[in-house]
Amino acid sequence: MYKKILLAFDGSEHSKRAAEHAVAMALLVQDSSVEIINVIDIEKVKSEVLHQDIKKVRETTLEEVKEVFQKANVSYELKVVHGEPGTMIVSHANEEKFDLIILGSRGLNALQEMVLGSVSHRAVVRAHCPVLIIK
Amino acid sequence: MCRQKLSRYYHQAFRDFNDEKAEEMLDFMKLDRKQLNENEYKAENLFRIFMIHMVSFTKESKRTFLGLFIVFVIKKIVRCFLVVLKNLKIEWFGNVRADILAGIVVALALIPEAIAFSIIAGVDPMVGLYASFCIAVVMAFIGGRPGMISAATGAMALLMVTLVKNYGIDYLFAATILTGVLQVLFSVFKIARLMKFVSRSIMVGFVNALAILIFMAQVPHFVGISTMTYIFVAITLLIIYLFPLFTKKVPSPLVAIVVMTIVAIISGFDLQTVGDLGAIKQTLPMFVLPNIPLNFETLSIIFPTALALSIVGLLEALLTSSIVDDITDTGSNKHREIRGQGIANIIAGFFGGMAGSAMIGQTVMNMKSGGRGRLSTLVAGVFLMFLILVLGDWVVRIPMASLAGVMIMVSIGTFDWSSLRTLTKVPLTDTIVMIVTVIVVVATNDLSKGVIVGVLLSAIFFAAKISKVRVKVSSTNNQTVYKVQGQIFFASVGEFINAFSFKEDKETIIIDFSDAHIWDDSAVAAIDKVIIKLKEQTSAQVKVIGFNESSEQLVKKLANFNKPNAKLSSH
Repeated sequence: MYKKILLAFDGSEHSKRAAEHAVAMALLVQDSSVEIINVIDIEKVKSEVLHQDIKKVRETTLEEVKEVFQKANVSYELKVVHGEPGTMIVSHANEEKFDLIILGSRGLNALQEMVLGSVSHRAVVRAHCPVLIIK
Repeated sequence: MCRQKLSRYYHQAFRDFNDEKAEEMLDFMKLDRKQLNENEYKAENLFRIFMIHMVSFTKESKRTFLGLFIVFVIKKIVRCFLVVLKNLKIEWFGNVRADILAGIVVALALIPEAIAFSIIAGVDPMVGLYASFCIAVVMAFIGGRPGMISAATGAMALLMVTLVKNYGIDYLFAATILTGVLQVLFSVFKIARLMKFVSRSIMVGFVNALAILIFMAQVPHFVGISTMTYIFVAITLLIIYLFPLFTKKVPSPLVAIVVMTIVAIISGFDLQTVGDLGAIKQTLPMFVLPNIPLNFETLSIIFPTALALSIVGLLEALLTSSIVDDITDTGSNKHREIRGQGIANIIAGFFGGMAGSAMIGQTVMNMKSGGRGRLSTLVAGVFLMFLILVLGDWVVRIPMASLAGVMIMVSIGTFDWSSLRTLTKVPLTDTIVMIVTVIVVVATNDLSKGVIVGVLLSAIFFAAKISKVRVKVSSTNNQTVYKVQGQIFFASVGEFINAFSFKEDKETIIIDFSDAHIWDDSAVAAIDKVIIKLKEQTSAQVKVIGFNESSEQLVKKLANFNKPNAKLSSH
């Protein structure tokens, strides 16, 4: 069980915590591997192109999370894709038949959730595997 | 039959070519087998076969060579053709379903924008619609960045206002053609490379200024007309921002336009409509030559506008294509993109359209809808024209207020909001460049002027930043060492000279340039000045050390201090 773990990572504090939980989970299961998926919202690419520092911050946080996995000696793979985060995470998890999705909750309030849409909610509803939401 | 013969020759030639013969040939060519690596050895095969047969010089072998050569050429051509075909297949039919759907979505979103941009430029809506059709269709075939949407844009429309107002629409068509010609020249001379001088802060200033201008262009369409106008704008905006909560399949601006047009028709409110500002023709664009005198005066009228248009078009294309490159993780040919835009503009100009360029918003929408190939761009253009042919009667009844609402959405989407967040984080000079760019654009209504001022300003800031020269002075009993650090050029020579005190009492003075670079005439003159003054005013021996190679060359060529009797020149 839980041999293929998908970690949704967006660089936020919540997702960094989710990464720690992914490591902990992977250490519990023998021969498990974690795939870190970093989905970049297409709307945000314009600001990344205009502000290289935004891109740099994202890349350094990716390096940081890689380090966490390396230190714990957990086998991992990193995948950076563009698209709508909720859809991309769920479709990737279902296509590749992951055993578990781990993601951080963004901690939005009711209005933000209505306007922005909750990635974790979408994942819980649509994914074919268990979803672990880290608060 | 012929083919069989050829291939037989081909095979025979290779069979005959054994190592022994190769050694013979190598001997003949005075080459050593050991000096050639395996690949070179193989690569030379064909040439050697040619040599063998030319040397043996029989009729048979000449024919062999000819056959070989023809087979070789045919194979090459077929392979090239297959590669092109394969690329074409991927670029056109790699993603058919998503491309068609995305193209339709983009076409629907293009209609209100093309109309609004025509109204900004002060021309009939058809001019923007024809332009969008022509440009999208042409770019689908010859653009350098598959998946990118090009059509009539706000940035370009804003540049045409004065020309249209003062000289009329025929001059706009001529300017559009000239813009295309300039852009083709840009691609020939690879001007896109110069765009490295346009910093990110200038680009941020560019999009922010564009957003402000688009917003300001809408103000006359809804401010102070009637209460109902305000209400229409507000409801349009509400629909645009709230409709995506229900479904994202249909572009919400289009839903807003349709709903508000129906409301306006049914309720019969007295609202200004698109029809009040221009007519919609339900015909395909026709080839027309602009009705202008072909003389120098015309050129001097249209050239400044065309130049501004071509620069802005280039900037938008480069910015948009790098966004697509990022999203799709693929590269694109920027020069081909510019050439494509140029040809598209030439064609648009001849078919009654205004100049256009790449659209960031529509391209992002295309990407989000799954459009990746050339097909989506083609579908966007063709479907747009189809809709106009079918729905032209309804388009004229769109209330201007809801169109203004859509444009407000466009300007909000264009504005780079993250620049406000990073305002305090980025270096102050970057912020100044950005804000000055915005101010110049808003003041002159000309995006290209803002960019030029931005480039000049960043050049000055850069020069100021690197003109900081540090000179470390260290003294021992009988010598003083001046260690110069930094870039020495016209802007930094003052600092360099001031670092020296000319009241030395040491025996030797060493000036160490190993951490410095000498850039120009002024720098060498400054070194001359310092050394000659030191020689004149002190009794010390002056030594200069540590020039890097290019500095050394420049100093050798221009400096006077090594010459006997060197005097300070008057300047």
